[in-house]
Amino acid sequence: MITAERKPMEEILASVEPFSKILLLGCNECVTVCHAGGRKEVALLASALRLARLQQGAPLEVEELTLERQCDPEYVEELARDIDKYDAVCSMACGCGVQTVAERYAGLPVMPMVNTAFMGASEAHGIWAERCAGCGDCVLGYTGGICPVARCSKRIFNGPCGGSTKGKCEISPDVDCAWQLIWDRLKQLGQTELYSKIMEPKDWRTARDGGPRRIVREDMAL
Amino acid sequence: MSEFEPVVVVFACDYCAYTAADVAGRMNLEYPPGVRIIRVPCTGKVDSVHVLRALEKGADGVLVAGCLEGDCHFKNGNLRAAARVKALQQLLDDINIGGGRVAMVHMSAGQGAVFAETARQFCESISSLGPNPIKRAARQAA
Repeated sequence: MITAERKPMEEILASVEPFSKILLLGCNECVTVCHAGGRKEVALLASALRLARLQQGAPLEVEELTLERQCDPEYVEELARDIDKYDAVCSMACGCGVQTVAERYAGLPVMPMVNTAFMGASEAHGIWAERCAGCGDCVLGYTGGICPVARCSKRIFNGPCGGSTKGKCEISPDVDCAWQLIWDRLKQLGQTELYSKIMEPKDWRTARDGGPRRIVREDMAL
Repeated sequence: MSEFEPVVVVFACDYCAYTAADVAGRMNLEYPPGVRIIRVPCTGKVDSVHVLRALEKGADGVLVAGCLEGDCHFKNGNLRAAARVKALQQLLDDINIGGGRVAMVHMSAGQGAVFAETARQFCESISSLGPNPIKRAARQAA
C-alpha cells in the first residue's frame, strides 16, 4: 500500500487559515489502511480543525467526506454537484489523490493534509516499512523475495557491501542488511546459486530516472 | 474564576470505573457536580473522535477511566485507550486547547473512594486551566 502520515497541525492550520468553509476529503484505500486519511482520520482532523479555529475566534466550517478511491476520476466526479460550496478542498489522500482532485476541479485550491511516504507493508499493528520502490523491473524472483532496491540503503545488486555488520546496515543498528536477508532466504530455499550469479547493471530508465511513467493498456481502454 | 465549575465528561468502563462511581455514590462520597459519566463497555471502545467531540460540545475536560493495568475484561482495551489518550494530548497541545484537558486513569470496580478522589483532583486541575478556550472565544465573539 501507499503509506502516509498526517502533516504537523501547525502546517495544516496555516494552510487552511484563509478559508472559512472547506471539504475535508478522505480516501477509502491505502490511507485508510495505514490510518492516515480514512473516514476516522477525517473525523478526527475535522474536529481538531473546528476546535482550533473556534479557539482562534475564526470558526471554520468543515464538511467531511471519504471517497471510495481518490485517485480515480469516476469517484472524484461524485464531488461535482456540491464542489462550489467550498472555499477549498483539503485532501487526506496520497499525492495521487490530491492531484486527481486538483486536476478535475482546477478552479479550487486543493491542499494535502498528509505527507505521502512510501510503498510499504505492515510489520505489526501501527508499524509500516518500505518494501517496494516501484523500479519498474522486479528482481524479487532472484533475490529470495527481498528487494535490494527498496531495502538496501545503497540499492546495490551484488551485495552486501562492507557496511554490513552482524546482519545490520551501517546506517543504523535498527536497519537490517537487505543482502544478509537475501542470503539467509536463498539458503533456506536451497537457491544459493542465484547469489553466485553476477547481476548486470540495472537500467534505471524503468524507474523514476526515465521521467514520469505511464502504463497504457490498449485492451482496457474504452 | 472562583465560580468556575468545570464540566468534565468521564468515559467510564462498565467493568471498573462505572461501578466504582456507583460505589462512591453508595458510600455517600462527594465529587464535583460537573462530572458527567458516560458508561462504555470498555475504554478500548472510546474513539479519539468521541473525546474531541466532547470538547467541541463544550466540555472543559475529558477523563477516560478504565481498569487497572492487566485487569481489562477484554485483555488490553485499557492500554489501547491509554495510548490513544497520549496521542490526543499531543494533538490538543498542538492546537493550543491543552493536552492537560484529557487524561487516562485506572481503577478497579471496588475503588469508590479512588473514583471520587480522582474526579475531584481532575476537576481541580481543569479549574486551574480555566474554561474550555472555545467557550471563551465564543463569549468574546458575542
